[in-house]
Amino acid sequence: MTTDKSAPTSGSIMVVGGGISGLTAALEAAEVGYEVFIVEKDPSLGGRVSQLKQYFPKLCPPTCGLEINYKRIKDNPKIKVMTMTEVEKVDGKPGDYTVKLKISPRYVNENCTACGECTKVCESEISNEYNLGMDRCKAAYLPHNMAFPQRYVMAPSIAQDDRERCKEACKFDAIDFDMEEKSINIKVGAIVWATGWRPYDAARIDNLGFGRYQNIITNMMLERLAAPNGPTKGKIVRPSDGKAPATIGFVQCAGSRDEDHLPYCSYICCMASLKHATYLRAQYPEAKIYIYYIDLRTPGRKYENFYKNLKADENIFFIKGKVAEVGEEEGTGNITLVAEDTLSGDKIRQTVDMLVLATGMQPNSAVERPNADLTLNSDGFIVNDFKKGGMFAAGCATKPADVVTSNQNATGMALKAIQTLVRR
Amino acid sequence: MDKKYGVYICTGCGIGDTLDMEALVDVPDEEGVYNKTHPFLCGKEGLALIQKDVDDGKVNTMVIGACSRRVNFDVFKFDNCIVERVNLREGVVWPHSREKYPALTQEQKDDEEHFDRIQMKAEDYIKMGMARVEKVTLPTPYSLENFSKKILVLGGGITGISAALDAAKAGFEVTIVEKQDKLGGYAANMRSQMPVVEPFEELIPTVLADKLAELKQYPNIEVRTGIEVARIAGQPGEFTVTFKKPGEKIPYDVPFPLPEEMTKDEKGEDLNAEEMHAKFLEYNKGRLDILKLDPEGELYGAVILAAGWRPDKLDQEAYAHLGVNLPNVITNDEFERIAAKGKVVRPSDGKEAKSVVFVQSPGKDEDDADFPYCGSVTSQVALKQAKYVRNDYEDGKAYIIYQHMRTPGLQEYFYKSIQQDNGIFMTKGAVNSVTQKGDSLVVEAGNTLLGKEIAIEADLVVLSSGMVPVTVDDPVINLAYRQGPGFRDNDIFGGYADSNYICFPYETQRTGVYAAGTIRRAMTIEESMEDATGAALKAIQCIESAHRGVSVHPRSGDMTYPEFFMQRCTQCKRCTVECPFGALDDDEKGTPKINPTRCRRCGTCMGACPERIISFADYSIDSIGSQIKAVGVPSEDDYDEPPFRILALVCENDAYPALDMVGMNRMDYSPDVRIIPVRCLGSVNAIWIKDALAQGMDGVILIGCKHGDDYQCHFMKGSELAEIRANKMGDALSSLALEEERVRFEEIAIDEYDKLPGLLSDFVEEIEGLGPNPFKGF
Repeated sequence: MTTDKSAPTSGSIMVVGGGISGLTAALEAAEVGYEVFIVEKDPSLGGRVSQLKQYFPKLCPPTCGLEINYKRIKDNPKIKVMTMTEVEKVDGKPGDYTVKLKISPRYVNENCTACGECTKVCESEISNEYNLGMDRCKAAYLPHNMAFPQRYVMAPSIAQDDRERCKEACKFDAIDFDMEEKSINIKVGAIVWATGWRPYDAARIDNLGFGRYQNIITNMMLERLAAPNGPTKGKIVRPSDGKAPATIGFVQCAGSRDEDHLPYCSYICCMASLKHATYLRAQYPEAKIYIYYIDLRTPGRKYENFYKNLKADENIFFIKGKVAEVGEEEGTGNITLVAEDTLSGDKIRQTVDMLVLATGMQPNSAVERPNADLTLNSDGFIVNDFKKGGMFAAGCATKPADVVTSNQNATGMALKAIQTLVRR
Repeated sequence: MDKKYGVYICTGCGIGDTLDMEALVDVPDEEGVYNKTHPFLCGKEGLALIQKDVDDGKVNTMVIGACSRRVNFDVFKFDNCIVERVNLREGVVWPHSREKYPALTQEQKDDEEHFDRIQMKAEDYIKMGMARVEKVTLPTPYSLENFSKKILVLGGGITGISAALDAAKAGFEVTIVEKQDKLGGYAANMRSQMPVVEPFEELIPTVLADKLAELKQYPNIEVRTGIEVARIAGQPGEFTVTFKKPGEKIPYDVPFPLPEEMTKDEKGEDLNAEEMHAKFLEYNKGRLDILKLDPEGELYGAVILAAGWRPDKLDQEAYAHLGVNLPNVITNDEFERIAAKGKVVRPSDGKEAKSVVFVQSPGKDEDDADFPYCGSVTSQVALKQAKYVRNDYEDGKAYIIYQHMRTPGLQEYFYKSIQQDNGIFMTKGAVNSVTQKGDSLVVEAGNTLLGKEIAIEADLVVLSSGMVPVTVDDPVINLAYRQGPGFRDNDIFGGYADSNYICFPYETQRTGVYAAGTIRRAMTIEESMEDATGAALKAIQCIESAHRGVSVHPRSGDMTYPEFFMQRCTQCKRCTVECPFGALDDDEKGTPKINPTRCRRCGTCMGACPERIISFADYSIDSIGSQIKAVGVPSEDDYDEPPFRILALVCENDAYPALDMVGMNRMDYSPDVRIIPVRCLGSVNAIWIKDALAQGMDGVILIGCKHGDDYQCHFMKGSELAEIRANKMGDALSSLALEEERVRFEEIAIDEYDKLPGLLSDFVEEIEGLGPNPFKGF
């Protein structure tokens, strides 16, 4: 490490997950001088943050930081990016792991120039997961307009005649339906698990009506509606009739801080809802916004100031109270809700055009447990054991956190991984 | 470098379909430059074609007319070659279609009255690429003379100790410098800390003892207590640090820059360089100039700032209603110190404090914020301290009156476990007053969960005051930099030494100095230790980068650095003042000295210099200027109604990717715009704008990242400076009898690509309204 040639100790690092935490851990380690593999199961890097329109509190686009990180990847030969790739198994010990990887076929090879001719001729469609299933996209698709690597994907369900059409349309011989799933083994010295989170399934929260009433959506869905590359090109309208909502309710802690669902606090939902209030306000200067909360968690100077500015808005109402039940008004699609105003003890009944459930984050490791010698806590978060070393969890794989904290944590985990290599 | 030029043009992705390739290839042909076209240049065959030319020694300086530089970066890489990517795809043929701008028929081409705007753009871009590669060279890395890989940690609390341990575990030598006589920081004053792992129920002794024990295992960590830093001079990899005893006054104490008022004479004019320097020395009497290196100074590679926080004093009028002057109304800090010594007792008479009220928010009904500088820490501390009362006295009672209980994330479990304790009562409420009643205190609160108005009798009242970062009081890092000893812009963070970037939390305005722990945000011990690890990584990364002679984030790996043609320097000091990172120090004459490892390679200095003496190996006044001059500007000599020519100087970080997306989405804008990406708008030199206008271009637009308190600009000040300079151009333009509207500055975010066509059209329309540049054709 500190030799004159500054060549780092041998051994490489694998980062599982190419979202913002994985990218950060990988880049920070690679820029110290280490070889890093980024393993991402989706066809593009960027993870959850690439589905956000803006970050709080600066209201800046995630693609800004992602672009800089992609540029750093491009300029760094020490980083190898593997998309469509998942970890099947990890064997070994700190300093000496063998990782079995499964690479799913993209059906598009490195000749792809992202010219888009295939998508023009493709007729079959699939549910667009990038937009949380709120619209459909072609089965020959680019994950989104800032996808990286910028390479198309063919969905395995693409119809046979579309396969032929696309192949014909491609001038670069980039489409190959003979691609098969591959399995490879890679030896690395340390692993950072940055497997991230998924929105908690709101349909499981019985009393909040998601899935039963059309105009009840989740916070992530609102994020997609607001985004210019979303299903409505950025217009926040309600699902049942496309109407612009004049009254919007937010249910905080929907499924979080709840023994029956996620017992912990998901950290970001208070700030996310405040951010959503600014999205709504930007589109609808007169809309009335009602935020039902238990505690408003906006810690720190920057978040406090963000909240303070919103408090000054006369048409945003903060009500301390849990929403107990919801319903739908006959004929209009409007949502009725019953909440308890905790301070007065009275029941509040209200009708809003649209209701947003601020659902929490569930670590992916809770649902798909990594096949490795890792300790998970009872919520499915990966617990770090620094004494043992070797493998570390970063970002939301280890605890619910905002982007700043996740990146601080991921930067630290890069160092922990390096320590493992140095100690060999 | 003996340059051998080549131009390679790809005809794939619609390029060959849209453009007249024969005419395009004429551009290098006319200069006698070797060129080739290929239908699929990024494919195996296309790349092999180029590689063969390189291997045969035929080409080492090439222009590749194909897709954007943002794609195929991995394949269009040729060792030891200069490669210029000309954006014919996203930049020309994708946004502009032949439906909108039909190709010329043969007759139209022959009559020399018609022009093809798409073709002109493509040809200009090739010409510009060829002009650029003539002016750039491959960089050689900057080598420091005296290099150190040692890390200096300022602050010996939990954060500093953690950072030192993490760096040591990666094999680095570390010095912890702590101004108190012993290590431990605030944690040494605490009784217990919050639990950090499942089941989050029991309070635990602070991890300090474990950390101190661990320290002893690392001989590569040196601890110096009772010592502080007088000054840090030099640059990353080569910091010369002077230590001293706290309170000592020594010649190497860091000097402070002159306050604004003192830099002017009686008439309000700026003093000249010598006068300014004399005043500076007088103002800093007893302190040596920054350029005087301490021969006894010790060499370090990078600095971790972990100097922590101090308790807030609650003596303002705003807290009078809380009885701050009453003896048994104390802060959480005072309460913690009492608890660390034994059972919790009242300061006034030493009696047991069995009924304790914790006040979280001072704002009554008007403001539901906690005290300043609290974050979520004081909510958690109140829970912990309530538990002290219960642990000390079986019949003890604790009341926490809060507006919002801030126990985010997994700390929620700690809150839940405290809620199980029957002796702790928690309610939302607005505390209206704390008053003395006989021997006790009475806390009156309204709008609580226990009732509209309540009054609680207490032995002791604890105000949950905040953790003030020490940078509020003092620069702390004491950098011997001409711009001053502290971080530049901490006031936008309320004094915290924080980063303004969500994605890049360790970015400070001073390369090589990384802040961690409570000095950058209110944090718990657990959060501080995690932050310390990250800062340690950044310190190591900076050292490794400096060693390799490359820049750190955001231009990671960039080997170029600013070079100065000092013979023409007029000592105006603009570069020194404007560099966002304080990379330049000037001497008593005002002559700047670049410290390359402080530099982020943004080029703001290059943009600032009125004499244009600053350049980078692959980015200079000339490399951009010659591109501007290569743009064809047809005049009435050529066509009856010549097309307008607009120059767009575009930040490569946000605006250029947005423009690529305009192309990807096949959105049109005027093909008369010529786009040149720049490293940062701060690097835009006024001469480029003047040159563009002098040669007849009709307008210049600068498009870059947002500035202001929520700045997006990746180089902090660049965008702001560019706007200031663009606005100042008004005078220069009027002297040329040109309207100031011909130069515009626009901010754009990377995801606002849908606004770009409109933005450009708006500008083009305005220019067309002003009419063509009168200098055209001269």
